[in-house]
Amino acid sequence: MTYIAKPKFHHPGLKKNELGYTHRDYEGKISTLCAGCGHDSITASIIEACYELSIEPHRVAKISGIGCSSKTPDYFLGNSHGFNSVHGRMPSVLTGANLANRDLIYLGVSGDGDSASIGFGQFAHSIRRAVNMTYIVENNGVYGLTKGQFSATADRGSKSKKGVTNTDNAIDLVAIALQLGATFVARSFSGDKTQLVPLIAAAIRHKGASFIDVISPCIAFNNHAGSTKSFDYVREHNDAVNRLDVLVGREPISVDYAPGTVQVVEQHDGSRLALRKLDADYDPHDRLGAMTFLQKHAAKGQIVTGLLYVDPDAEDLHTHLDTVETPLNTMDEQALCPGSAVLDKINASLR
Amino acid sequence: MSVQSPISSVNDFVVRFANVNGSGSASANELFARSILRHGVPVSPRNIFPSNIQGLPTWYEVRVTEDGHLGARGGVDMMVAMNPQTWDKDVASIEPGGYLFYDSTKPMPSSKFREDITVIGVPLTAITNSTYTDPRQRQLFKNIIYLGALCALLDLDPKVVEQLIGEQYKGKEKLLSSNVHALHLGRDWALQNLKCPLGLRVKKSDKVGDRIFMEGNSAAALGAVYGGATVCAWYPITPSSSVAEAFTSHCKKYRHDPETGKAKYAIVQGEDELASIGIVIGASWNGARAFTATSGPGISLMTEFIGLSYFAEIPAVIMNIQRAGPSTGMPTRTQQCDVIACAYASHGDTKHVLLFPEDPAEAFEFAAASFDLAERLQTTIFLMLDLDIGMNHRLCRPLKWDDAKQYDRGKVMTAEMLEEGRDFGRYLDVDGDGIPYRTYPGTHPTKGSYFTRGTSRDRYARYSEEGAVYADNMQRLVRKFETAQDMVPRPLQANAAKPTKYGVLYFGSTSPAMDEAIGILEARGHQLDRMRIRAFPFHSSVASFIADHDFVYVVEQNRDAQLRQLIVNENGIDPVRLVPILHYDGTPITARFIANAIGDHQDHLKVTPLRKAVT
Repeated sequence: MTYIAKPKFHHPGLKKNELGYTHRDYEGKISTLCAGCGHDSITASIIEACYELSIEPHRVAKISGIGCSSKTPDYFLGNSHGFNSVHGRMPSVLTGANLANRDLIYLGVSGDGDSASIGFGQFAHSIRRAVNMTYIVENNGVYGLTKGQFSATADRGSKSKKGVTNTDNAIDLVAIALQLGATFVARSFSGDKTQLVPLIAAAIRHKGASFIDVISPCIAFNNHAGSTKSFDYVREHNDAVNRLDVLVGREPISVDYAPGTVQVVEQHDGSRLALRKLDADYDPHDRLGAMTFLQKHAAKGQIVTGLLYVDPDAEDLHTHLDTVETPLNTMDEQALCPGSAVLDKINASLR
Repeated sequence: MSVQSPISSVNDFVVRFANVNGSGSASANELFARSILRHGVPVSPRNIFPSNIQGLPTWYEVRVTEDGHLGARGGVDMMVAMNPQTWDKDVASIEPGGYLFYDSTKPMPSSKFREDITVIGVPLTAITNSTYTDPRQRQLFKNIIYLGALCALLDLDPKVVEQLIGEQYKGKEKLLSSNVHALHLGRDWALQNLKCPLGLRVKKSDKVGDRIFMEGNSAAALGAVYGGATVCAWYPITPSSSVAEAFTSHCKKYRHDPETGKAKYAIVQGEDELASIGIVIGASWNGARAFTATSGPGISLMTEFIGLSYFAEIPAVIMNIQRAGPSTGMPTRTQQCDVIACAYASHGDTKHVLLFPEDPAEAFEFAAASFDLAERLQTTIFLMLDLDIGMNHRLCRPLKWDDAKQYDRGKVMTAEMLEEGRDFGRYLDVDGDGIPYRTYPGTHPTKGSYFTRGTSRDRYARYSEEGAVYADNMQRLVRKFETAQDMVPRPLQANAAKPTKYGVLYFGSTSPAMDEAIGILEARGHQLDRMRIRAFPFHSSVASFIADHDFVYVVEQNRDAQLRQLIVNENGIDPVRLVPILHYDGTPITARFIANAIGDHQDHLKVTPLRKAVT
């Protein structure tokens, strides 16, 4: 249970990152999810990505909605403020938090029920508004906490654990995010940490709306034959277009890549993304191409994963609103109140 | 033929303009009201408008009142009938002996008029068409031409109107001179062809003083600027949209960094009310002052988040510009019908702070104060305006600000305090007032973080479904609400000249009508002590006021006596002692209505000893 304290001690020789934090400093409480849940692997990947990026753990605000996925922010970054808000409303709460203090890193964690059903509107509008955030959907196609109902990302024709066939069409959040102008769009699989960790790291370093759809099998209600979100199904149908390495410092790219197989993308903050192409024709700068590619492969039953689209020069909501660099939550009456002299003038103009 | 002498009155009458909406009449009508104000005579104008863009009837009513009665009066002394659609009803609404002003370009059958009123025909269309060729100009200047004619008929000083036009079109010379020209076209025609002035006249006075003329929504928005709001999220809904629009325009003037030109505010038009309140709660959680403005249907949508704000203790300011409900109700008509919906908004046991400003001046003050209250109490504060205050220009005392005032940011534990080793429990009542400390996200690398949730948790914000832990927290929230009682604006009491057994409670926009009604009742021999409630939770003086009187009338603008219900419920008052006086047809309550309702009740009280002999 979450109120059982997790032991704080750790091996003295544990590796430290640039800031001197160990992996343990990025962990949270013990997970209360089912053993083997895909969401716990995503939690581990978030911890790994934050550790590798040497982020100060308390400078992240982790915000979620309601559901299994939305419980997970309690299980990572224990020194960060977390907000387990209202079902489907993480995007608006995150938007507000971001407006109040542009200096923190905003991690939105949601599920497929939370983002594709009850919160579909908020998902769409936060993407439209280009909120600077990393929006992760832990997508298992099913409602776990209420015991196995289909969600809106469940594929048409897939079978529930009780044997019911889903007749509704599925919402592909990646396709929607692309259409609505997200400037970093990726899909991954909770069972593929080597793909997922650098994607999360790159998304965090991206300025603008980053969206990652992570297929995350529900071990209790959606991991059977007939499901298209099971470990076996995703492994068999995973079509990764690229693999990513995130390079934060200025050091030269030391990894040995075969010539012509790597594309380096420099993001606005100076971080570089080295993309190892697995599909020679795939261009992650081509939004329309990405949409077509996705549709074609979806029609063949394939799940396209990898960094699907990135605009390294993206803008965010603060750019659009032209807000001051100083976080709004630090401003006092000196900065905000026009004072009595101005009020006298206003009074005079109203007579 | 009835013998009815024309109404004769100086500085005390009601003029109503019947127009078609979208015809540009609003600015001419407002100019009329302002012109009278500039004569030193108080006016109280009201827009009566449809939920529509163009083509439906709209009215603008100006009560000219030397005595300064700013409530609606009821009845019309002069009708400026510019809308054929509503002609019959408009003509019928004129008081006997009143005046009808109309466009006489086309002849009207005599059956369309009344014999007990004075009919004033001005061929507005003919004058306009012979002067202007452009259709839009014809439309707009027709309004200024009738204003010019009224100027002559009501004996207004044309120089005053000219000056106002000059202020309005400062720097736009062409518009200025053409408007002045149109004004004189109308005035000259009336002087040459009609007997001027009428029995209704405006005479220069000195009753306006230093008062200002402002809409409540704009004042509330300005209060938000002064109160330090930096984040505003909203969704358009009548009659609240002009709050966010005014906030935007005030911020453009007063909230840009002088060096960089960048905005010290963020305004987001949400995709709905759910997103708007979500943004407010996210921003407030993160330490910014944030608000939304909405109306009844928006409140209904926001209730889940309001419960979160209550239970997770996150500040929020919601300005509710009330309109007639339920459902879509009458979107452009006024009521005080969300008292219960706001006081107990959301599922589970909840209670929220409500503030009831009476006019724009209080809307400004309370709006600014609501941010201090929200952060001090870490909960939602409702600023309860209504359409009558929000969307009409109201004469009120000038706005004031004390430059020495510092914002009360409430109990916020800083990095230094955490470093000193202060015990941080997010829901720990360290001071006995029910208010815990909070930390802003990102405060300290290892101390002070916590997990905010709408689920039950212990004093240290750790998830818990233990009954005792839950109850402990719920009791603390009650303590906090009791603390709020002494922080919110206190009720204002005014006693009758003579001792009396009867009292009256009222709130918000009812105020000017109530003040006027007291005078009418006194003249009828009824003495009443009165108390204006300005906030919920109710101050202890409300209960003692009720205890001090045999009967207390509760005057409000809704069907179900919502304030009365709240008083009965929260203070355990015997309902028999509170007599409801209810006005809820969507028009603003009038002194006549209140005086009649209370007066009739009082008259009955006086004869109660005589029981009917026969049953």
